[in-house]
Amino acid sequence: MTETPDLEKNPAVARIRAWQPGAIAGLLYFRGEITVLVPRVQLRALAGFLAGDKELAFTYLSDVTAVDRFPNEPRFELNYHLLSLSRRDTLRLRVSLPGDAPVIETVIPVWPTANWHEREIFDLFGIRFEGHPNLRRMLLPDDWEGHPLRKDYPTEGPR
Amino acid sequence: MTTVQTAIGPEKTMVLNMGPQHPSTHGVLRVLLELDGENVVKADVDIGYLHTGIEKTAEALTYSQAITITDRMDYLAPLSNNLAYCLAVEKLLDLEIPKRAQYIRVLLTELTRIGSHLVWLGTHAIDLGAMSVFLYCFREREELLKIFEMVSGQRMMTSYFRIGGLALEPPAGWTERVENVVRTFPSRIDEYEDLLTKNRIWMARTQGVGILNAEDAIALGVSGPSLRGSGVDYDVRKYFPYSSYDEFDFQVPVRTEGDCFARYMCRVAEMRESLKIVRQALDKIPAEGPIKADAPGIVAPQRERMKTEMEALIYHFKIYTEGFAPPPGEVYQRVESPRGELGCFVASDGSPKPYRMRMRTPSFVNLQALQKMVEGRLIADVIASIGTLDIVLGEIDR
Repeated sequence: MTETPDLEKNPAVARIRAWQPGAIAGLLYFRGEITVLVPRVQLRALAGFLAGDKELAFTYLSDVTAVDRFPNEPRFELNYHLLSLSRRDTLRLRVSLPGDAPVIETVIPVWPTANWHEREIFDLFGIRFEGHPNLRRMLLPDDWEGHPLRKDYPTEGPR
Repeated sequence: MTTVQTAIGPEKTMVLNMGPQHPSTHGVLRVLLELDGENVVKADVDIGYLHTGIEKTAEALTYSQAITITDRMDYLAPLSNNLAYCLAVEKLLDLEIPKRAQYIRVLLTELTRIGSHLVWLGTHAIDLGAMSVFLYCFREREELLKIFEMVSGQRMMTSYFRIGGLALEPPAGWTERVENVVRTFPSRIDEYEDLLTKNRIWMARTQGVGILNAEDAIALGVSGPSLRGSGVDYDVRKYFPYSSYDEFDFQVPVRTEGDCFARYMCRVAEMRESLKIVRQALDKIPAEGPIKADAPGIVAPQRERMKTEMEALIYHFKIYTEGFAPPPGEVYQRVESPRGELGCFVASDGSPKPYRMRMRTPSFVNLQALQKMVEGRLIADVIASIGTLDIVLGEIDR
């Protein structure tokens, strides 16, 4: 087990702090991976900053995925896995969303690849992405009821 | 999925439904093509026909049991899927794997890559009208499947990589079989190239077709040979080495044209590079040594010890009844599957079952680029473009 490094020295964390201190609600370090906790309202601006910043150049979005923490609140966590091709570095952004209003702004203008990821999350978790051009079900039929990856969705028996 | 918004208007264009059952969609993929004559105005991709809820299923299985469902996502590269998942859980557990097991993992995943590229090459060629390549490719793939069967007991759904190492010691004589492939295969690749690379029909069907520039490819999250055909050298094996890939000497083939031909050349060159890795792995693998990490409570004890030691028997019983519980936390582990970046996100809540298991599958993300590649092109180019993306629908729909 390695020691936790000084996260403030990480170039991405330092740059975000210098740009907008309020964009970091917290930092986590686990198994060599840094997670930046981001307030919901800040995500879109921070995404634009990280992708557009010449030094950091997080131009590649590997993955977006959600975790349902039901019955805890805030219920949903969204994880954005970023990759900088020029620096060979990665970063995870995490946003927490409340269970009664799981809505967040889309990041498609920053990373077009988010289009299908967000549609899939909408389909399986019921999280809405504001400004998404085509927020329809993706893997399930259009008339499906419920969102299967939610923890209160039963794995067997009547729904 | 009902209405299609037309770009030009209903009177000038027609909508053609391609798939879901169509031999060249490589599975159950539906593409709604809006056509103006033979030109594609808009291509809408409809997926989900093979959705089986693998991520939900995993939440009800123990960490070890979930390995078996990762095989079933990508039937052409089960070992790559096993590897991504096992590495993710091992990262969660902070578990060190013996070198011997790591090298065997590298060797087998590279053979998987060759096998997967062979199926891609064969089916891509048959889509474009070259029948014989398909038969040759499947002949060679058979040899690889026999190696997998010899090692793991299964041709396709191997589940050979386990958390902490390998399922069992590879049988005696398996390296000779691999040696045989390494010896004979380069001339086989020459054969495919003889049939295709300078073939005028092949060139006409692939050169300048399905162009994807580097900027769009990165923006759309494309990875693997599909990205490297557009001039970006991103390969997880080089960028974020895992499983001792940093000890191997190999090149990452990159082409800058961004068309179907460039991607074809990348994959063919990749098969040769994979052979180089296999060759090196054969030399590196120690004849003897552990194939499982020394981690009681996580890795099942050897059969012999179980019969003589009380602790081993208890551990065996506990592993197979309760499983083991990694500490709470989340990890994201990426590997280079034959199709690109295969990411496995595992969230643990400290229980013996994954709280959330997410597979970021390269086919799913790469397929998004299809629209960009075919719009404004001929309908025949759609076939070439789907083929060149090398998609596996089981992996897309999960």
